[in-house]
Amino acid sequence: MSWRAGPSRRSIALKPAPFDYVRPASVREACGILAEAGGGATVIAGGQTLMPLLNLRMSQPFILVDIAGIEDIQGVSAVPGGLRVGAMTRQADGLTDALLAARLPAMVMALEHVGHHQTRNRGTVGGSIALGEPAAEMPATAVALGATMEIASLRGIRQVAAADFYLGPYMTALEPDELLTGVIYPHWPEGHLILFREVARRPGDFALLGMTGAAVLENGAVARIGLAWFGMGPTPIRMVQAENALLGQALTDIDPDVVARLAVADAAPFNDHHVSAEYRRTVGHRIFRRTLREAFGLKEAA
Amino acid sequence: MSEHAIAWTVNAHPRRDRVEARTSLADHLRLEVGCTGVHLGCEHGVCGACTVIVDGRAVRSCLMLAVQADGACVTTVEGLAAPDGTLHTVQQAMREAHGVQCGFCTPGVLMTFAALSSDAAKADEQAMIAAMSGHICRCTGYQGIRRAAKALADKAVGSGQGT
Ligand code: FES
Ligand code: FES
Repeated sequence: MSWRAGPSRRSIALKPAPFDYVRPASVREACGILAEAGGGATVIAGGQTLMPLLNLRMSQPFILVDIAGIEDIQGVSAVPGGLRVGAMTRQADGLTDALLAARLPAMVMALEHVGHHQTRNRGTVGGSIALGEPAAEMPATAVALGATMEIASLRGIRQVAAADFYLGPYMTALEPDELLTGVIYPHWPEGHLILFREVARRPGDFALLGMTGAAVLENGAVARIGLAWFGMGPTPIRMVQAENALLGQALTDIDPDVVARLAVADAAPFNDHHVSAEYRRTVGHRIFRRTLREAFGLKEAA
Repeated sequence: MSEHAIAWTVNAHPRRDRVEARTSLADHLRLEVGCTGVHLGCEHGVCGACTVIVDGRAVRSCLMLAVQADGACVTTVEGLAAPDGTLHTVQQAMREAHGVQCGFCTPGVLMTFAALSSDAAKADEQAMIAAMSGHICRCTGYQGIRRAAKALADKAVGSGQGT
């Protein structure tokens, strides 16, 4: 560090470009600020990804809208047909939530893999989902489980299916005047199987790639399944072909290798400075095959 | 660019400060409050050296704005030992287990341990070891830190092992 505590408080280290900070107390107030800012505002929830972006000046809002003070977007509640996770629910609180643990273990499993203990203490479920990082667990899990985004603006409240929410890396269907207020996960029956695996250099680091989802078995066959990739394309990617191949199939008829090929065919992996697209395809195939085998109790082919 | 008045508590001392909106909690703690035990390694949430306790939880002070600490109760490594210099249990544990070499990562590690071991229900070794994924130590190879976690979980600190 080249700076030192100077005599003047103006000399201190400041990395982000200047912005105004507001902390609205209600969704309506927040939406009013967003509408008035005409695209110049950025919402901060937990800030665990946004803070570095501000420091690097990759994000330069005129107004930072801190939604931590809005009460009705915190916490998990039962709603008709499923569970609503308020956008401002801290990841750490989601991990210890009794409702989530009882009703949606597939979501809790993914949550355990988000960041580190210290970042989960501030990071939020909605923040991760609204940011749309392609390698993040929360967006892909919302897509896999068939979640619905609850979005507010002064124009009203609308709902968008997770599958239609992600348009590109960090690009979502959210308009500049809109706020993600909650994520509604549909009911998954008790005892649903969890299909989750990720590959990262160190636990808590951004995943190189991973898969997430859930399945329901009835009478030895797949009655319901929702699967998605993360880190395997510009957005979370629903494994449509693999899901179709599995749905209704008796476990005895499933060839994990064949389904893994379909799953990878749905993905659009990329090269980056960590690993190549080819690596992602190869490892994606393997983790899919293995996760399916383990979840469904399938024997390894001789 | 907005400036804000914040009323908060740092290491048990109530304070009032004026902060510019864009000032990070870490910079404010180091440069205005004087808590230079808050170490800045990466300033983007990866290394864990800047970890402090905010309202009972270990968080990255480089990933938080000072203005967001309005109303909060913040503890830094300076607030761990008793005024007479008696070490906090987590400091004693790290000392006995030789969990410290250069000391750069140490304040952060201590704050995570302190947050986890102050809550009796969570003070288990697994939770502490898992939380260590959020800290990078370039010196110790982590074994001393692991031993400290074990001693804390076993409540075996100050039992005379180590020096
Ligand atoms: S300086 Fe905050 S995590 Fe590295
Ligand atoms: S003791 Fe040197 S970095 Fe941990």
